Amino acid sequence: MADITELTVHRLNPMVDPGLHVWGWEIPVYLFLGGLVAGLMILTGVFLLRRRQARPRASWSLLSGLGIALLSLGMLALFLDLEHKAYVWRLYTTFQITSPMSWGAWILLLVYPALLASFLLRVPAALRRLFPVLQRASGWLRGRPGLVRWVAMLDVVFGTLLGIYTGILLSSLGARPLWNSALLGPLFLVSGLSSAAAFAHLVSRDHEESTLLVRADNGFLAAELVLFVLFFVGLLSATQVHIQAARLLLGGPFTAVFWVFVVGVGIVLPLALQLLAVRRRIAHTALAPVLVIAGGLALRFVLVYAGQMSHWR
Amino acid sequence: MARYGMVIDTTRCVGCMDCVVACKTENGVPDGYCRDWISEEARGTYPTVQLELRSERCNHCDRPPCVACCPTGASHVEEELGRIVLVAHDLCIGCKACLSSCPYDARFIHPEGYADKCTFCAHRVRKGLEPACVAVCPTRCMHFGDLDDPHSEVAQLLESRRHHALLAEAGTSPSIFYLT
Amino acid sequence: MTTLSRRRFLQISTGAAGLAAAGCFAGPQLPEWLGPAAAADEIRTTPTYCDVCFWKCGAIATTRNGRLWKIEGNPRDPLSRGRLCPRGTGGVGAHFDRTRLTAPLIRRQNRGAEEWAEVTWGEALDHIARKMQAIKERYGPESMALFSHGIGANFLKHTFHAFGTPNLTAPSYAQCRGPRDAGFTLTFGEEVGTPERTDIRNARCLVLIGSHLGENMHNSQVQDFAEAVGSGASIIVVDPRFSVAASKAHWYLPIKPGTDIALLLAWMNVLVTEGLYDKEYVESHGFGFEAFAAEIAPWTPEWAYPATGIEPETIRATAREMASHRPATLVHPGRHATWYGDDSQRSRAVALLNALLGSWGRKGGFYAPASVDIPAYPYPPYPTPARGKVDNPEHRYPFADGTLTTGIRAATLTGEPYPIKGWMVYATNLIHALPAPEETIRAIQNLDLLVVVDVIPSEIAGWADVVLPEAVYLERWDDLNTEAFREPFVSLRQPVVESPGDQKPNWWIARELALRLGLGAWYPWKTVEEYLDHRLKAAGYSLAEIREKGVITGPPQPLYFEEGVPAEFPTPSGKIEFWSPQLAQAGFDPVPRFKAPEEPPPGAFRLLFGRSPVHTFSRTQTNPVLASVQDENEVWVNADVARRQGWEDGATVRLRNQDGVVSNRVKVKATERIRPDCVYMVHGFGHTAKGLPPAFRKGASDSLLVTRYAIDPLMGGTGMNINFVTLEAEA
Ligand SMILES: Nc1nc2c(c(=O)[nH]1)N[C@H]1C(S)=C(S)[C@@H](COP(=O)(O)OP(=O)(O)OC[C@H]3O[C@@H](n4cnc5c(=O)[nH]c(N)nc54)[C@H](O)[C@@H]3O)O[C@H]1N2
Ligand SMILES: Nc1nc2c(c(=O)[nH]1)N[C@H]1C(S)=C(S)[C@@H](COP(=O)(O)OP(=O)(O)OC[C@H]3O[C@@H](n4cnc5c(=O)[nH]c(N)nc54)[C@H](O)[C@@H]3O)O[C@H]1N2
Ligand code: SF4
Ligand code: SF4
Ligand code: SF4
Ligand code: SF4
Ligand code: SF4
Ligand SMILES: [Mo]
Repeated sequence: MADITELTVHRLNPMVDPGLHVWGWEIPVYLFLGGLVAGLMILTGVFLLRRRQARPRASWSLLSGLGIALLSLGMLALFLDLEHKAYVWRLYTTFQITSPMSWGAWILLLVYPALLASFLLRVPAALRRLFPVLQRASGWLRGRPGLVRWVAMLDVVFGTLLGIYTGILLSSLGARPLWNSALLGPLFLVSGLSSAAAFAHLVSRDHEESTLLVRADNGFLAAELVLFVLFFVGLLSATQVHIQAARLLLGGPFTAVFWVFVVGVGIVLPLALQLLAVRRRIAHTALAPVLVIAGGLALRFVLVYAGQMSHWR
Repeated sequence: MARYGMVIDTTRCVGCMDCVVACKTENGVPDGYCRDWISEEARGTYPTVQLELRSERCNHCDRPPCVACCPTGASHVEEELGRIVLVAHDLCIGCKACLSSCPYDARFIHPEGYADKCTFCAHRVRKGLEPACVAVCPTRCMHFGDLDDPHSEVAQLLESRRHHALLAEAGTSPSIFYLT
Repeated sequence: MTTLSRRRFLQISTGAAGLAAAGCFAGPQLPEWLGPAAAADEIRTTPTYCDVCFWKCGAIATTRNGRLWKIEGNPRDPLSRGRLCPRGTGGVGAHFDRTRLTAPLIRRQNRGAEEWAEVTWGEALDHIARKMQAIKERYGPESMALFSHGIGANFLKHTFHAFGTPNLTAPSYAQCRGPRDAGFTLTFGEEVGTPERTDIRNARCLVLIGSHLGENMHNSQVQDFAEAVGSGASIIVVDPRFSVAASKAHWYLPIKPGTDIALLLAWMNVLVTEGLYDKEYVESHGFGFEAFAAEIAPWTPEWAYPATGIEPETIRATAREMASHRPATLVHPGRHATWYGDDSQRSRAVALLNALLGSWGRKGGFYAPASVDIPAYPYPPYPTPARGKVDNPEHRYPFADGTLTTGIRAATLTGEPYPIKGWMVYATNLIHALPAPEETIRAIQNLDLLVVVDVIPSEIAGWADVVLPEAVYLERWDDLNTEAFREPFVSLRQPVVESPGDQKPNWWIARELALRLGLGAWYPWKTVEEYLDHRLKAAGYSLAEIREKGVITGPPQPLYFEEGVPAEFPTPSGKIEFWSPQLAQAGFDPVPRFKAPEEPPPGAFRLLFGRSPVHTFSRTQTNPVLASVQDENEVWVNADVARRQGWEDGATVRLRNQDGVVSNRVKVKATERIRPDCVYMVHGFGHTAKGLPPAFRKGASDSLLVTRYAIDPLMGGTGMNINFVTLEAEA
């Protein structure tokens, strides 16, 4: 038969037509915060394993505390996205092994204790005064280095799970070709790490630590670029629908936002600035890390919106 | 084990949308939503044109991604009812993963908040009736039955006629087939 | 609409406007939906027959806990064979329609201002009766006219006959079937009638000229069409638009609009010159064949080619195809035949082609319909009007055997041959139904009384002095349906649910009005049940039985000559008139001749129109169920033309016709499915009545653009496909 000249679909369901748009700002924000917290946990874990507790001005002690807050914000965003909110508890009356979202729900439950434990290692003075019990718990925990090692390792493990999960959540949805990439998990994990490093850099008041973080971040950003290349190579070497999907970011409606905000402002520019800073050409400023964090957020927005638009028809 | 499916004869279908209207009244589909719809696929240039009219809906896939991705088990396969894919409203949290997972965009969020779609008229099929859209079709171009039973009308039709499924390449193994 | 590439573009119906665009947002919210049935629900079913169009399919309506739920076909009914068309299935919406009239209204402002005062039925009917009496005294009863459409008008017709006027009319004649039935009556002495006596189901070759079955959803016709397609009948479709039917055809002839007579003559020429026609049949039943053969000798396929644009080879091949299946070759007579003003002659050409194929009275052609015989109610005889019908003075249109709506309108305008001072309008939206709406509106200015009986504040209701709200078909009794069909049957309409407001059924209105007009003698019965029971008893049936069954079928009758139907042709010659002395005497072509239609001016397109499967004329656009499937129409434009003119698919345009009339905004459907020299719209959209918010200015109205019409000189039908439009892009 001659190729199609007209395809008319007489359907116009809200959120589904003319193109799928079931997820608004909430999911990108949730995915971003989830990734960020994942990164923060891994950093915390690594710091703890490297026995950096001693350093008084180091950022690590703040990270898990902030992590708890950020993750809770993320969960709030996720909750706001639900259309049948009264039934949210149903997530915890079952475990669906094939459903990344079910995994996610349970992972989040595991993440909190880990975050809490590492938070306990140095409770801010104000809180200590308010709740002496925290003081005691903290003391008890710190008196047991073996246990602290365990906490550190849990931070790393659950952080990694969380980071990858935010990517798998999308890549498991086979109906959206743009997301059909095994690299989405690693990509979101690395992006989470770089946002976390940038974030830690912002809060850190320990010079040696900051430089360490910046070096790490440069590594993450570079890795991100590599992953993107592989991501596109993967799509473009797959089926016609995947190529169509990739076009959304390469010469399609989302091209500008993607290249300018995600790649340009979010990765390349801060990477350049931080490389110069590391080589002492310019001073360290808050600009680069802020850009990195913004880039991480933009990445989730672009991929969630463009991904929904991609289809098999 | 039974596998319910549909075989729709596009050579008879006139795209009249009776199936769409019948679904709305039978199932009280809220205004502004539809569980089934018509697609018109025209090929060629005037006056040498071919037109395929299709009545489409949830394909009750044998490998349903909407079930796999559901975090609560709300989306499930009704094993004892021909493996129809259904949504248990009181398990659904409205996360919309299933909407994103469906290559056919067959689902929507019901105004009451749960994911909804074609049920193959489970409530009728349980009573031994045909789905409403099948029963109403004035051209009698729709057939419903057990694809796994080689003696069923649907199986016989697939045996004897040229047919295709929609987006077979999406790998969900749809249970609706179109005769051409 | 997302354009993926020039060759392949994806139109989700927002882009494609039209279907479901509605659905999905606009349109009224249905009254809180019932949702799927629950076990505890109390389910009741009531058989009745449908009234969303005039096919009158037997249906079974279901209520749940007392609320209307759904309507399905009645398996006992030969018309529906247990399946309704989409409009019938969506009929529930007629009951739920939010725009429904709820109480009688009397005009407060000047006509057309749609300013009303609610009154009681008593006040309204007294007012009407007073005015009618005044007209009767001053001008005579003949000066009252009744415009109606559908079986619901039966009791009002009765009242008007008793009142003493012969001027009862419906748009289904001069705007619809009239020319077809004139053409067939001139040829076979009998009309095709309704439901059409076409044996589509058994046709081995089916020729559709226009007739867009599948969009035209006359139920039995569509079901039989599907059977024919399914059984592999050879299908030939002649249409300037690639219709749904065309997509099922083995032969699609993309004819130039208005040139069908040339094609038909050429087909007949081939059948005769190649000796492929049914010789015995013509031999035994034909009259004037030689003269006919001589007449058509010059009209070869080569002659027809330049006019029609159909290659001679295609004409020959399709003629031979038809011949190879005769007599089971059905050249469908169509139904809406009022196209170009030469329509009875075109229909006669169709009749003659069928005659050559020997299909009249034969299996797979035209069967002999039968009806159960149920005596009319024994009323006193009607008074004989002092003056004859006003619509067709000194038989200007000699072959008009129906009453011309447009004739009565003309008399109302001119006062000739005598003045018409009052119109009662029942279930016909004259503003959409008659050509040149502006003439209708001017005629209305000459009236002393305009009463409109409707269910919603339609365009015509907007011009009325008195508006009477009727109960919809699901809420009322109506007369028995005994239409002649392939099996004789009688079906009943009975109430399924209560009316939501102060609406009344037509029988009650007709009776109450008659009593006020002093015509009580013609209403011996008090309730319609009495009337129905009396008629049914007289035929040996009972109301109780038919209430329970909905439809009762009579014994099967012979359908074809070969089954013993007498081969009689009630023409003057008693035979099939190939050469028509009647026409010759009246000074018309005894054998149809072709006259080329006027060309559209450069840059303009011929405006064609037809049906949407989910709507009936202008009456269903506010039905919430049907509106949720389609709430606006589109203008079809050839894709290549649209591309060159820069009209994007889905772009909004206005149509301007030759007389400068500009349509409402309407979306473009740029498609490979239509010729470049015409555009196409679904009829009935583009409502202008303020009281119809869900339909108000949704899509465009073809009726408003039909300012020109060509009157059929044989029978007075109004050809409406002679208007030309240009498209103007809208920001
Ligand atoms: N869904 C639905 N069905 C209906 C109705 C309805 O309102 N809704 N109304 C019913 C009634 S009362 C009637 S009368 C019928 C009308 O239905 P039909 O009798 O089928 O009416 P037509 O005018 O023949 O059909 C219009 C078709 O004729 C084509 N056409 C236009 N001009 C020409 C021409 O010059 N030559 C040829 N060969 N074709 C041409 C158009 O492209 C279009 O496809 O439909 C009936 N069925
Ligand atoms: N331009 C143009 N004109 C046409 C046609 C066309 O295709 N294009 N088609 C022609 C043809 S084939 C025909 S048959 C005629 C049809 O012409 P009409 O029969 O006049 O068709 P409608 O426009 O649907 O008008 C029906 C009216 O009846 C009202 N109504 C609906 N149900 C009821 C009821 O139960 N009781 C009462 N009292 N009123 C009710 C509706 O609200 C509406 O106002 O139009 C003809 N005119
Ligand atoms: S009802 Fe039947 S003919 Fe009509 S559109 Fe649906 S499938 Fe096709
Ligand atoms: S069509 Fe979509 S909704 Fe239906 S079973 Fe398949 S994937 Fe699930
Ligand atoms: S929306 Fe409901 S049915 Fe769909 S995946 Fe989420 S919980 Fe399951
Ligand atoms: S099977 Fe039932 S629910 Fe599914 S489309 Fe048909 S009518 Fe609707
Ligand atoms: S054809 Fe459709 S609308 Fe007309 S009477 Fe039958 S079911 Fe009703
Ligand atoms: Mo008509």
